[in-house]
Amino acid sequence: MPDRAMHDGAVPDGVAPVKTQRVRVAARMPMGHVRAPAYLRGKVGTIERPLGAFPDPERLAYGQPAPDRALYRVRFSMAELWGDSAEAPTDTVDAELYDTWLERLD
Amino acid sequence: MTNTPSFDGRRWHDMGGSKAGPILDETHDFALWEKRVDALMVLCSGKGHFTVDGLRRALEDMGEAAYDEMSYYERWIAAISQNLIEAGVITQSELANRMAEVAVRGDSYGEASRA
Repeated sequence: MPDRAMHDGAVPDGVAPVKTQRVRVAARMPMGHVRAPAYLRGKVGTIERPLGAFPDPERLAYGQPAPDRALYRVRFSMAELWGDSAEAPTDTVDAELYDTWLERLD
Repeated sequence: MTNTPSFDGRRWHDMGGSKAGPILDETHDFALWEKRVDALMVLCSGKGHFTVDGLRRALEDMGEAAYDEMSYYERWIAAISQNLIEAGVITQSELANRMAEVAVRGDSYGEASRA
């Protein structure tokens, strides 16, 4: 039976939905070219979907050999990002982040 | 232990979440030289000399002053030139000699907007 839940979000009857995977973006603040915006660092989101593996852009940026790294679309609530100053706390923002920046919490 | 990072190391280009003014939605045509810079990036990437990641790295390393003082494609051609030198495709002296040759064509050479 094809795993439709992985492709279009539909969950066949009797099949448990995929558990939401929470992740935290690393809070490090290194020098150099990095691919995680500062406003997301240290914040907790959920994996919206895996996007595949791509050559590590943080190494490509320096002309170095770049092994494939897993890329994920991660969803954050405005409340998580901006706290009490969020104008619409339940709105969300999606960001595409490499696994080098993500810590699994579940 | 806090999960909120110190922003002491936040770099100038990393503007997400910063205070910002209104978005200017004005449009303009591109000069011929600007189109050529864009095409040059496509060629460099296609030939495997460097990637857009290297372009971004060089743009970020120029610092905030360049963002204020140079136009978008002026920053691009500087970043492309730096990557081409780093990749060994051109040398500094080759670039300087070629720029001197091009300068002879005159100031208006790169201004044509329809070509």
